[in-house]
Amino acid sequence: MDIRTTYLGLNLRSPIVVSACSLSESVDNIVQMEDAGAGAVVMYSLFEEQIRLEDAGLESAMNSTSHVFAEAANFFPDLEDYKGTSAEYLERIYQAKRRVTMPIIGSLNGITPEGWIRYAREIESAGADALEVNIFFIPAEAAFSSAAVEHRYLNIIEEVKRSVKIPVSVKMNPYFSSTANMAQRMRDSGADGLVLFNRFYQPDFNIYSLQIENSLETSSPQEIRLPLLWIALLHGKLDLSLAATTGVHSAREVIKYLLAGADVTMTASALYQYGIAYLKEMQQELETWMQHMGYTQIDDFRGRMSQQQVADPTAFDRANYIQILKSK
Amino acid sequence: MSEHQPTAATLDGNEAAAYVAYRVNEVCAIYPITPSSTMAELADEWSSKQIPNVWGHVPEVIEMQSEGGAAGTVHGALQTGSLTTTFTASQGLMLMLPNMYKIAGELTPTVFHVAARSLAAQGLSIFGDHQDVMAARSTGFAMLSSASVQEAHDFALIAQNATLASRVPFIHFFDGFRTSHEVNKISMLSDDTIRTMIPDEAVFAHRKRALTPNNPFIRGTAQNPDVYFQGRETVNPFVERTPVAVVNAMEQFYQLTGRRYAPFEYSGAADADRVIIVMGSGGETVAETVLALNRAGQKTGVLQVRLFRPFSVEYFLQALPTSTQQIAVLDRTKEPGASGEPLYQDVLTALMEGMQQYGRTSIPRVIGGRYGLSSKEFTPAMVKAIFDELQKSNPKNHFTIGITDDIGFTSLDYDQTYTLDESKWRQGLFFGLGADGTVGANKNSIKIIGENTPLYAQGYFVYDSKKSGARTVSHLRFGPDPIRAPYLIGKADFIACHQFVFTEKVEMLDAAQQGATFLLNSPFPADQVWDKLPGKVQRSILEKQLKFFVIDATTVARDTGMGTRINTIMQTCFFALSGVLPREEAIDAIKHTIEKTYYKKGKAVVEQNFQAVDATLANLFEVMIPTAPTRDVEALKIVADEAPDFVQQVTARMMAGYGDQLKVSEMPVDGTYPSGTTKWEKRNIADSIPAWDADMCIQCGNCAYVCPHAVIRAKFYHEKFLERAPEGFASAPINARGFPETKYTLQVYAEDCTGCGVCVEACPAVNIFDKTKKAINMTEKESLLETNKEQIRYFEDIPWNDRSTIDFSTVHGAQFLEPLFEFSGACAGCGETPYLKLLSQLFGDRLLIANATGCSSIYGGNLPTTPWAKNADGRGPAWSNSLFEDNAEFGLGMRITADKQRDMALTLLKQLEEQVGVDIVKAITTADQHSEAGIKAQRARIDDVKEKLRAIDSATAKHLSSVIDQLVRRSVWLVGGDGWAYDIGYGGLDHAMASGKNINILVLDTEVYSNTGGQASKSTPIGAIAKFAAGGKTINKKDLAMQAVAYGNVYVARISLGANPQQALLAMREAEAYDGPSLILAYSPCIAHGYDLKDGLFQQRQAVDSGYWPLIRYNPILRKKKQNPFILDSPRPTVPLREYAYAELRYKMLTRSAPDEAERLMKLAQELVNLRWKNYEELSTMPASDFVPIA
Repeated sequence: MDIRTTYLGLNLRSPIVVSACSLSESVDNIVQMEDAGAGAVVMYSLFEEQIRLEDAGLESAMNSTSHVFAEAANFFPDLEDYKGTSAEYLERIYQAKRRVTMPIIGSLNGITPEGWIRYAREIESAGADALEVNIFFIPAEAAFSSAAVEHRYLNIIEEVKRSVKIPVSVKMNPYFSSTANMAQRMRDSGADGLVLFNRFYQPDFNIYSLQIENSLETSSPQEIRLPLLWIALLHGKLDLSLAATTGVHSAREVIKYLLAGADVTMTASALYQYGIAYLKEMQQELETWMQHMGYTQIDDFRGRMSQQQVADPTAFDRANYIQILKSK
Repeated sequence: MSEHQPTAATLDGNEAAAYVAYRVNEVCAIYPITPSSTMAELADEWSSKQIPNVWGHVPEVIEMQSEGGAAGTVHGALQTGSLTTTFTASQGLMLMLPNMYKIAGELTPTVFHVAARSLAAQGLSIFGDHQDVMAARSTGFAMLSSASVQEAHDFALIAQNATLASRVPFIHFFDGFRTSHEVNKISMLSDDTIRTMIPDEAVFAHRKRALTPNNPFIRGTAQNPDVYFQGRETVNPFVERTPVAVVNAMEQFYQLTGRRYAPFEYSGAADADRVIIVMGSGGETVAETVLALNRAGQKTGVLQVRLFRPFSVEYFLQALPTSTQQIAVLDRTKEPGASGEPLYQDVLTALMEGMQQYGRTSIPRVIGGRYGLSSKEFTPAMVKAIFDELQKSNPKNHFTIGITDDIGFTSLDYDQTYTLDESKWRQGLFFGLGADGTVGANKNSIKIIGENTPLYAQGYFVYDSKKSGARTVSHLRFGPDPIRAPYLIGKADFIACHQFVFTEKVEMLDAAQQGATFLLNSPFPADQVWDKLPGKVQRSILEKQLKFFVIDATTVARDTGMGTRINTIMQTCFFALSGVLPREEAIDAIKHTIEKTYYKKGKAVVEQNFQAVDATLANLFEVMIPTAPTRDVEALKIVADEAPDFVQQVTARMMAGYGDQLKVSEMPVDGTYPSGTTKWEKRNIADSIPAWDADMCIQCGNCAYVCPHAVIRAKFYHEKFLERAPEGFASAPINARGFPETKYTLQVYAEDCTGCGVCVEACPAVNIFDKTKKAINMTEKESLLETNKEQIRYFEDIPWNDRSTIDFSTVHGAQFLEPLFEFSGACAGCGETPYLKLLSQLFGDRLLIANATGCSSIYGGNLPTTPWAKNADGRGPAWSNSLFEDNAEFGLGMRITADKQRDMALTLLKQLEEQVGVDIVKAITTADQHSEAGIKAQRARIDDVKEKLRAIDSATAKHLSSVIDQLVRRSVWLVGGDGWAYDIGYGGLDHAMASGKNINILVLDTEVYSNTGGQASKSTPIGAIAKFAAGGKTINKKDLAMQAVAYGNVYVARISLGANPQQALLAMREAEAYDGPSLILAYSPCIAHGYDLKDGLFQQRQAVDSGYWPLIRYNPILRKKKQNPFILDSPRPTVPLREYAYAELRYKMLTRSAPDEAERLMKLAQELVNLRWKNYEELSTMPASDFVPIA
């Protein structure tokens, strides 16, 4: 059974890719992911804001305790191999590249134009095969128009593309007025692939302590509908790679996304729940299903359920909505 | 330390010496002690970075539990053939003495590098003199003295060569702080030079003498009267050859480097009539002064002693010009009762032997004098005074210089205005705060100039005695030739004031030369600043025609994201204005240094600093100076008028920076000082202070409880007290039932606050309408200051609540107890001081404290002002510090006295029963003193008996009067840090606990040596980095609590005041009530943990919630009652260890430097936490019979 695929121009041995999550903070885990059959790994995100805060915090903790009184010139040993937050991240990419053969995709969440450019370059030079741009931006200001938001996204993509030679994917959000139009313009700005979708952090409230709660829930299979819809709608219409990234808990979701037209599917929640070795199970289930369906390679069924290929493309439009209502 | 050494480097004396010591040794056994710690730290750092010695091996560096332990390890390593060294000072050297006799007696080559420091006598001093090394002069070690940073570097190698050649061990010493901490540009020794100076044959010979089972012999026998004496004399030929070995080493060194030294080095007129003989950095000052005096036609000279032991009479006589008629021998030490100080005596002996054995025909007149104790300044003016004294027909012998001795009249007068020609140097003085980075920036500047230009540079840094808000003065010199000026700058051509508030407090411009540049960090713009300056400053600027510049560095720092660190900005101004380097070149160099310094910490930090540099020049303005002052000169008021006489006359002058002017007669003769003087020192170091919202407050007392500096106090009182209250005096009805006319006030002492913000974190009352506000909130201080002073005055007039009526078994109640530990100089947010304050509140009026040396002895006992106070009755904690290593024994001694004198009092009381009354005697002897009411009643009875005793004219009555106060139960507490309890004092601590005596041990556990700069102790947790554990501590923290539990009769508690204040309070009260030994381990956040201590309470909760710091109490009383004595007070862990740990730099750093190791250690640490929790949980459920029974 041939489950190879291509994503961002990279050859992957499997369409099941580990999405950006804290599991990739350990290089040992990345090795385990490869052993379990992952097609590629998107590294956990490098957050520029976090880097700035942490580096400044550490620097301040060191500085504020240096030369304060006569007996102690400072309070911490001078560690030659001390690394800033970004260096730690880059080191992990570098180490991972030395220990695995599958592609390693960096993930970057910037806040300043210089940050996007600098860290993109650093991730490239650390050896990443591609870069996923994770634009986390909530336009909370009423004065910020939708056009300005879109411009900001496109600007970042252009800047990053200008800065690096490796392929760049964009983890986009589903809240644009016209998702398809935005996807097209991202492509025009240089994006080599889109990752659907970014699950924005959505706070919860504790009704007794009246505090905001920050816990991040893992995605559930029920959440695949929105990305499934958009992958199915975009497949074949744009000259770029498509990755699906929400709600993949079993081969079932993998198959659905591939049927919709995804080049790869990404998962983290399943691995948190069942362990890294679960990748192997998913892959086996995929292969069993392919065998059952008589497919020998991914392209035999990729996009079979996309808007372009289904018998009734309008099922994806409003009629589809009515259909759902009728089925209730 | 690359293979290709630069020929010049800018570093301090410690680094200069350690650089060589590390490269020529295989083992370093170390222990931190100021001012030598840096040498040990560097050795450890280099070892952890795998930097090899000259033979390509990485030296093994091991931290020991004490200097005694380090010396023992050195001895063992030497005996088995390792090239071994150690670094120490002061009390540390004292602890090494026994081993030093052994090492020397066994003719074992080694060099101990010593940053020579004062010894603790009437008081401790961390500063420099030769008392420590002089106490080691009989050990048999040779003693080689360096006078400068360059010499500290060179002599480290010469000593190593000579020790291997002679087999006589060496002390290589230099002046603590003056040389150890002076930064200077020196010529570095190349690896080739070092290697050449240490011949392999000498190393092989050392190894060949080592103990080995392949060729066994015995060394270290016990000897008897028949042979010991002869055996002791066997070393003589080796000792006698040592000066020759040193000369040979110096000659070889000269051939290799061009720098020539001699055991006794003379400089000055060849036909000098007057010569000063001196050792250490003072020799440089004398040599420079001699040059100046001789240029003026005098015939003076200086004989610098390099090799003090063995003292070579022959070399001495060769070096001393025969023309010499008058000699002054200067000793930087004190030997009370001796016929003279050691060098003086040696010189006399040498001169006499010169007559008797070396054919000299006359002896010059010799006087001896003491100078420079505890880093007292030694200046050219003093040198001149000594030469002048020698010209007198009857010069003063046994003189002192640099002080005014109006008791023994030993001191020489000197003309303080006399200076050498300093025009060859550019001299800058920088006044800053420890926390604003001034010293760090100046060290950078010296490096920039030293390493980027042909200029020479020197820096020396003076700190005041506080840990928070410490004032620093940086003394920087630059010049075309090597700078030999080991004394402070008297006249500067550049003066920078980094804190505007200093214009009111510090006489900075006294040191300004005519036409100097004055740079001021000012919140006021150039066109407004003049009127804001005190009249005296205005006059100095006008009279001295200063060029005056201002920058609002605080705003520039804030705007460029630098926070409160103004260092880079002020440094840029210095380069821009001083002209030491061309401006552009200087700015490039600053940026280069920034990149070098911060690149490891992330580019964002580098960029922030760059932005600060770029923003600086646009904000630097020259002030157009008016023609006349606009303000009058006002006398500086240091303390309030109501301060006691001693404070007015002595303490206040120390506070004002005039301590050097105090006369001997003004000093207490035995180191006894009045209690509670911090209250007179209004430091005003916080910009923002807590402001109390009386309406919001729930009166829980948490804020007062956690305040590290006792600046928040609570009282309740009858509302009649409010009748004359000043405006703004806040109060609220007390929130307790049954007190309708009672009010509550929480008073903040604004001038004493450090602004740490811990109180706000502790406040549980959140304003539901504005969640950013609580019942106590940090508020800008300036506008509150004047009314605050009025309010405090009024608050203090309200009497403290009667202790016997307060239920202080709760945190709420404890707030109403008067703190008798207040306004210490501890760090802002200090985690230790709240425990001490609580201790003082609970038992202060009958408290004896033995305080181990460390942070708590420094903020607890460092002059000028001390925080242990007394109440309105004149009672309060009696506090003393003995040493670092002996505190448990010291405190035990206090207990023994209390018990003994109580027994004596009881016996005497019984004897006088008929005269004073049978009933009262019975009441006294059977009194229950476990409650405040009981203690109050006992005090009343004793007062009654005292009154009666006055009327009885008998020796028995007088004896009883002198000890009767012991019949009020004394509370003896042994206080110290983990360095004391876990390491250096552990043996004593263990013994004191095993004594069964009623002592209470409070360990303020910061998990590192906090006072000396964060070195690892056995309390340092696994996975954390610290100095001496740069690769992360790999051994689990010692469970001292369980070790104490093993005795069965020790009350043990592990507490965390921030995590569970009630449990902390309960444990302290139980410990005190227990009639036996108690041990309390108190979790103490510290700046060495690496986070903003404002969050210290949160971290304490995390420590407990993660199970890292399980709260326990082990109460032997329960065991006696057949109950389980082990009480686990914390809930099961709910937080992963990493969540607690990685909020702290000490853990986080390892994830940056060695992520895999960090992960490994963190997993191990979590396992250990789980394991301990499991064990504790089991213990807490076991039957009483499973625990050790007690007698």
